[in-house]
Amino acid sequence: MNDQRPVAIIIFIFLIGLVLLTKLFMIQVMDDSFMKKAERNAIQRVVDHPYRGLVYDRNGKLLVYNNPIFDLMIVPKEFEVGDTTRFLELFKITKEELIESYQAARKYSWVKPSPLIKQISTTDFARMQDYLIDYPGLFIMTRSVRSYPLPIAAHALGYIGEINARQLERDSSNYYVQGDYVGLSGMERFYEDDLRGKKGVKYKMVNVRGVDKGPFKDGEYDTASIAGKNITSTIDMDLQKYGELLMGGKKGSVVAIEPKTGEILAMISSPYYNPNDLTGADFSKTYRSLNSDESKPLFNRPIMATYPPGSIFKVVQSLIGLQEGILTPNTTFACNKSLVACHNHPSPVNLFGAIRNSCNPYYHQAFRQIINQEVSSNTYKDTEIGLNAWREKVLKFGLGSRLGVDMPNEKGGSVPSSKYYDRFYGEGRWKYSTIYSLSIGQGEMLVTPLQMANLAAIFANKGYYYPPHLVKSIDNDPTKIPEKYRTKNEVGVDAHHFDMIQDAMAEALYGTATRAIMKDLVIAGKTGTAQNPHGEDHSVFVAFAPKDDPKIAIAVYVENAGWGGRAAASTASLMIEKYIRNEITRPELEQYVLAGNFIY
Amino acid sequence: MRESDIHISRVDWLVVVIYFALVIFGWFNIYAAVYDSQAPQSMFDMSINSGQQLVRIGISVVLIILIMVADYRFFENLSLFIYIFFIALLVVTPFIGKEVNGQVLTVGFGSFRIQPGEFAKLATALALAKVMERPTFDLSKTKNQLIAFGVLLIPVALILLQPDTGTAMVYFSLLVMFYREGLPQRYYILGFGFIALTLLSLGIENNLYLVAGIGLIVLILIIIGKKSWQRIIVFSLIGLGMVAYSYSIDFVVSKLPDHQQNRIMVLFNPNLDPLGVGWNVTQSKIAIGSGGLLGKGYLEGTQTKFDFVPEQHTDFIFCTLGEEFGWAGSLVVIGLFVTLLVRLVIMAERQKTRFARIYGYGVISILLFHFMINIAMTIGLFPVVGIPLPFFSYGGSSLWSFTILLFIFVNIDASRAMQLGRLG
Repeated sequence: MNDQRPVAIIIFIFLIGLVLLTKLFMIQVMDDSFMKKAERNAIQRVVDHPYRGLVYDRNGKLLVYNNPIFDLMIVPKEFEVGDTTRFLELFKITKEELIESYQAARKYSWVKPSPLIKQISTTDFARMQDYLIDYPGLFIMTRSVRSYPLPIAAHALGYIGEINARQLERDSSNYYVQGDYVGLSGMERFYEDDLRGKKGVKYKMVNVRGVDKGPFKDGEYDTASIAGKNITSTIDMDLQKYGELLMGGKKGSVVAIEPKTGEILAMISSPYYNPNDLTGADFSKTYRSLNSDESKPLFNRPIMATYPPGSIFKVVQSLIGLQEGILTPNTTFACNKSLVACHNHPSPVNLFGAIRNSCNPYYHQAFRQIINQEVSSNTYKDTEIGLNAWREKVLKFGLGSRLGVDMPNEKGGSVPSSKYYDRFYGEGRWKYSTIYSLSIGQGEMLVTPLQMANLAAIFANKGYYYPPHLVKSIDNDPTKIPEKYRTKNEVGVDAHHFDMIQDAMAEALYGTATRAIMKDLVIAGKTGTAQNPHGEDHSVFVAFAPKDDPKIAIAVYVENAGWGGRAAASTASLMIEKYIRNEITRPELEQYVLAGNFIY
Repeated sequence: MRESDIHISRVDWLVVVIYFALVIFGWFNIYAAVYDSQAPQSMFDMSINSGQQLVRIGISVVLIILIMVADYRFFENLSLFIYIFFIALLVVTPFIGKEVNGQVLTVGFGSFRIQPGEFAKLATALALAKVMERPTFDLSKTKNQLIAFGVLLIPVALILLQPDTGTAMVYFSLLVMFYREGLPQRYYILGFGFIALTLLSLGIENNLYLVAGIGLIVLILIIIGKKSWQRIIVFSLIGLGMVAYSYSIDFVVSKLPDHQQNRIMVLFNPNLDPLGVGWNVTQSKIAIGSGGLLGKGYLEGTQTKFDFVPEQHTDFIFCTLGEEFGWAGSLVVIGLFVTLLVRLVIMAERQKTRFARIYGYGVISILLFHFMINIAMTIGLFPVVGIPLPFFSYGGSSLWSFTILLFIFVNIDASRAMQLGRLG
């Protein structure tokens, strides 16, 4: 009677099986979102932040180290604030700050942790730890901030800070995440890849209450963090400190280089700031105030400020003339003040006398011969050819283009080419009389203090240089620094031409910079005055010493301090003494520099 | 006891093999559910679930032997006594039982406790078989319908008092058996209609859509049929009745206790509060869904291990299976159940007595319902009701009651040669 009903029941059983298997197929095989959710559920990815590499000075003294700090992190998905007033009280933040941080965190990710309160002090951390249990979605992340035993070399060392959105986007390797700290300036930025180390990752399993249930797959996928590499800087801590003392309250730069290696011994940018201020919780506040300071303490003058090279450039002109065969030590010109102004000295002068007395008309006439070699009968054309050929030779001295120091944002300065004047005056409409001010390092030329220090090194080395750099070795391995810093650059002037130049520079101190003279330590130097249309001229001095076995080459710029023979030469002389003798035997000169009254 | 050699040879071994396959597979999954890779314990460790379950499996084997050596007539003759005994036990459970989470489900002494509700299913199936066995019993007659539903509803009423909605629902699975035994089809059409209308009224947020839909269907029926006033009035009244019903459903649901209300609403919107009420279903689906085609491998599951899925060694045991063995594992287990059920239908149809056949369908009904509802709830096709997966889930009462339920039928089936044909 009911024959079709058992069949109907069997069909029903199959149908149930089919429906269940279909639905299971949909969620198990077709839809992989459950797999991701499962991972998010049970497997927590914990980033193991490596220690950032330390920085030592050239004598192994610590310049930069790490200090532990604590960040309060938030996972917006899990976060419940509960009683807001109580929360604000416990965690010592304002409602606005909470809202701002929370929204920033939400914007970044709903499920990934973002910082809520950054850089909590150790005492606050201890206090907060007791309350954390009441707030799901909050946890403490330990990391470290940079600290500086001495508050020096801020510009050279640079600072680290939180990575910004643009840098995150540019990070093609996807190494960084929001909240990571990266080197933002100085060596910290340039050697970021070495200093940062490598983040490690631990996958740990947690149960439904977030309790750690041990490593996922016995740590098969974990990677240990690798500490950053330690860097030995070329900086001499004592010299740097002394330089900053001397430059205190002044505007300017000091760059000291070891000529034989290109290693930067000291690099002072004044006004400077205490690098310890640009770390920790006060970073943003300090940064804002430094950034809006009219004296521009963040501006890294040695590599970013450009000035006309001034009289010091006459040495370069002499060398080019000698190498060209246009000048010989005996070449004599009259000090014809109708060509260009000069100060009173015996006339006529040979090359030695021209350097010693910094004779402007001498170089006006010598430079004409370098430029107008009568390659072309057209004087305009001849000037153009001459200028471009000369420019190539100047560039070989590392002037007017970036030296490639290991710091970001280096400026190149400029040495004008014919194109520059073509643009300015029109092609074929300018000749020597248009460009003669280049002869004495004025006019359209701009160089950085670093380039001038490097120039001093070239004088000391008699014709070559190693690009100046701040790092001596990475992980105690000097071969790990970039190849270019170990590559000799010849300037294309034979060494024997430098002999007379060095003598003249040593002699020049007696003419223009008597304050810099030291007993038993021969300094070869050249004063300069960078013309400043906005006020008092800048005082410039380059030098190397000892003359017979140069250990230090130095360039000093003191802005608005007038004549090079006073502020700059005195500072350079003290720096040289400090470096070579490690003592100051002329307290009155030190007092003179510290007092800083150079205009009289 | 007599002619036991013949008896054994007639045992349906396919059913026995599937039974043991499910029990052992279940036991492995119970171990996986508690397995902690940090502190692995032996599968046989008595302090963990799998060890305890092994003892229960052992007791089940003893039960099977006891059942198989008994005379088939024993169960038929005692069926009404068994029924009355468990009804009595259900009556006293609220007074002598132990309260857990507001429910009084178990009775017993010391650590030995059983759930009368689990065993009452078996008793009800036996009693119904006995009551309906008379050749003159015809389910199309109202009187007989009342008798059958009376036997069915007494335990339901008592279990609802405990209260245990899930177990109470299981009894209605016997409607499958009633269907086989001739309960008129119109009841089922009406029943499914009501269920469909109920689901629609719950599932569709705005009841106006439902009203419009009902209106449209009534209109079409009126237009295509012959247009007598009588017909129009009848259809309109039915339509109005449906609308009234759908509104009353919403009203009734809103009067349900919160936890039941939420269980129903989560079915229609699984994303509703995934950390609150939807937690069970969401986590269960994540566990099963993360298994993929072939699963994460035995003991490699993360979701079921770390308590993301609640009750996962009992009612949500299917999660462990889905996560560690993937769809392939699901296919095997569902395949085993479907094979078992179909085999039981074939066996029931070959019985010579009405008692044997009706009891066989009782077994089919109960197993089918548990199998269907348990898996459906773990994958979000059905509201979460606390019923176990037969042979698979952890727990003594459930394993033993299913074992006894099944093997009484295996015994009766194996003894069918000795039975006098009384089919009518």
